[in-house]
Amino acid sequence: MNSKDNALKKVSIICAKGNLEDVYASLVLANGALMEGMEAKLFFTFFGLDAITKKRMNKLHTATVGNPAMRMPGGLSFPTLLGILPGVEAGVSSMMRNQMEEIDIPPVGEFLEMFTAGGGEVFACKLAMDMFKMTKEDLWEDVSGVLTVGEFYERSGGENSQIIFT
Amino acid sequence: MEKTIAGKNIELTEEGYLKNMADWSEDVARELAKEENIELTDEHMAVIKYLREKQEAGEQLTIRKIKNSGIVDIKGFYKLFPGGPLKKASKLAGIPKPTSCV
Repeated sequence: MNSKDNALKKVSIICAKGNLEDVYASLVLANGALMEGMEAKLFFTFFGLDAITKKRMNKLHTATVGNPAMRMPGGLSFPTLLGILPGVEAGVSSMMRNQMEEIDIPPVGEFLEMFTAGGGEVFACKLAMDMFKMTKEDLWEDVSGVLTVGEFYERSGGENSQIIFT
Repeated sequence: MEKTIAGKNIELTEEGYLKNMADWSEDVARELAKEENIELTDEHMAVIKYLREKQEAGEQLTIRKIKNSGIVDIKGFYKLFPGGPLKKASKLAGIPKPTSCV
């Protein structure tokens, strides 16, 4: 069997982190799957829920502390002590968002709209919602449902399907 | 590989994209569309021409550009070119396979 006969048909992507870059990784993978003609589902859990929480989805941050790969513009390493100063994380995050915009990657809300318009489905994790004391009203309106882990697996099956945890 | 499309010998890549976008014509697009089981309408053609314009201008093609083009929304784009819209539309437009991740 060659790779064409055995092509991937469906991906279920789990996003468990709410950092800007982690959410984008999930969104790019999910949208890319649709654009390849595959079926794609996105499942947000724990801090990843921020990406589908109305109040926060377009204000996600990238961490300036505890991120050894963080660099200053120009390539010098980013001192951790600088990262703790008020406003630095917000500034760096806004810079990241601008860089994304420059390469035509939309803000999170618009990206999710593109994903659902292309036939993708977005779900939230029930356990994490309970833990954060969130209700469906807190979520972005196009979320298809709040699922238990069992319901997530039920929807993730099928021939040539993969579950990806980002 | 070389193939006769709409009465013309045309150089294609292994994946079936035109090697030279100047070989393209509306008839070529129609014949390529048949292979993809797509019956080309004016709406398809408007998208195809938009892609060719942007390619000629040297712009990176993304699905977001299509969305902001005012020609078709994303839902409509997936409907026009089912199963990989940007790739299929690029193929029919006679431009190279898209290299963007979005």
